[in-house]
Amino acid sequence: MSAAPAIAARAPAKEGGLALPVAVVCLVILVVWYLAAIPMNAVVTAPKIEAAGGGLLNMLSFSWNEARPVIPAPHQIAAELWKSIFTVKPWMPKSLVYHGWVTLSSTLLGFLLGSLLGIVLAIAIVHVNFLSKSLMPWIIASQTIPILAIAPMVIVVLGSLGFTGLLPKSLISMYLCFFPVTIGMVKGLTSPETMQLDLMRTYNASTSQVLWKLRFPSSVPFLFTSLKVAVAIALTGAIVGELPTGAIAGIGARLLQGSYYGQTVQIWAALFMGSFIAAGLVWLVGVIERVTLKRMGVRP
Amino acid sequence: MAGPVISARELSLVFQTADAPVYALSKVNLAVEEGDFVSFIGPSGCGKTTLLRVIADLEQATSGTITVNGMTPQEARLQRAYGYVFQAPALYPWRTVERNVGLPLEIMGMDNPAERIARNLELVNLKGFEKKYPWQLSGGMQQRVSIARALAFDPKLLLMDEPFGALDEIVRDKLNQQLLELWDRTKKTVVFVTHSIPEAVFLSTKIVVMSPRPGRIIDVIETNLPRDRTLDIRETPEFLRLAHRVREGLKAGHSYED
Repeated sequence: MSAAPAIAARAPAKEGGLALPVAVVCLVILVVWYLAAIPMNAVVTAPKIEAAGGGLLNMLSFSWNEARPVIPAPHQIAAELWKSIFTVKPWMPKSLVYHGWVTLSSTLLGFLLGSLLGIVLAIAIVHVNFLSKSLMPWIIASQTIPILAIAPMVIVVLGSLGFTGLLPKSLISMYLCFFPVTIGMVKGLTSPETMQLDLMRTYNASTSQVLWKLRFPSSVPFLFTSLKVAVAIALTGAIVGELPTGAIAGIGARLLQGSYYGQTVQIWAALFMGSFIAAGLVWLVGVIERVTLKRMGVRP
Repeated sequence: MAGPVISARELSLVFQTADAPVYALSKVNLAVEEGDFVSFIGPSGCGKTTLLRVIADLEQATSGTITVNGMTPQEARLQRAYGYVFQAPALYPWRTVERNVGLPLEIMGMDNPAERIARNLELVNLKGFEKKYPWQLSGGMQQRVSIARALAFDPKLLLMDEPFGALDEIVRDKLNQQLLELWDRTKKTVVFVTHSIPEAVFLSTKIVVMSPRPGRIIDVIETNLPRDRTLDIRETPEFLRLAHRVREGLKAGHSYED
């Protein structure tokens, strides 16, 4: 009788126990950031502080409120985020929601294409013996090429063929994000035990039956792990794809504009927007993973 | 069908390994008649599982001949002539009990899957567990699901590779009893691999004693215990005499030496 309440009492305590360390870590990061901003911004702020007569109060005030700082203080980024997300109409070019959506849409298209390509390649590699030897080196080589080097070429070449906007950027996302899916799915599709495969052999099952009834369900946990990596990379790909043409829209364009005009606060706000989108996407894949695995009857 | 269900003559299998060839089976001669319950018994490495896998066309012999239902093992496999029970249940964890039992029916495109699933789950006393997932069952129940799965498409021949090897003795006794009843009711031919002497004697109509290095048959013992035996039979002199003869066979094959 006494054991049950003890267990019940422990569960919520665990949640509360986690919130404190998380808050402490966040706080430490903020404190370090604010402290670091003082010497880092000194190049810009030192003369102003001196002119104002020096002192701790002046130092803090100038270091943390500089309009064009080397590194903006967290509250400046928060204010910029607030301004560009909530005070501007979301379809205006000054809105981060607008830029975020542009990047998100090409991320999602690229992620979809890349995941499909990754799965198809993995299925081919698992089933055709020579492909693992002949195709795999090329797949790995494709990822050693710096994306920044080929992204402009892809954008320019496709642009001259009349493809602009969403598609070229998505192709760069696809190019980056198929790789983890292929690697994960090759592992997943070959994960069934010998006995489970022998069983199919005793039934004289066809290759496609083995694929759909055994290999594919076995690979689902591997697939989701790969997809989480892939979706974050797809976002990076979309942002990189927005850089070379001096694109007018997207998180990447926002970063570029910011660096042209020395608007560090704007750059950092765009960076944060990108992280929020990435975190949201990874979280979403995680939710779909949990729902899928639950429906597949995986032990909770 | 005339003639034995399984017939092996001078069957040998050599695995080529990096250092030296391994003689897994050496000149094995064997006949399994319809309705037999045949056990292969011997220590690890005596080739009993390999012999079963050759019958199932999961391994190929390097010399000699073997027929299953008068065909080559491959033809028999392509005709889905046998159900195979592995050492582990090998259930698909994303399928419920009923969908695991239904797996061969889906693959073979058989009629009346629901009726077959229900009938075979009842046969292994698992009625009421249809919607459970494998992890919700005990090891013994999981292995019973795998037996129901092997029987689901009504093969005449059941090949069992140490199916109860991983279970404790109490569960094993119970499952042996149930398997015997199942065999009596369904009139299947069963080939059963084990390394337990009491299990072999209790279950079999014919005990094939095997020995390692090279894997070969030492003795074939026909038992005459009644078909509807119970666990009590293990106390009888006849049972003990058979068990003694198995042990002597294993001794003669140097199975107890290092």
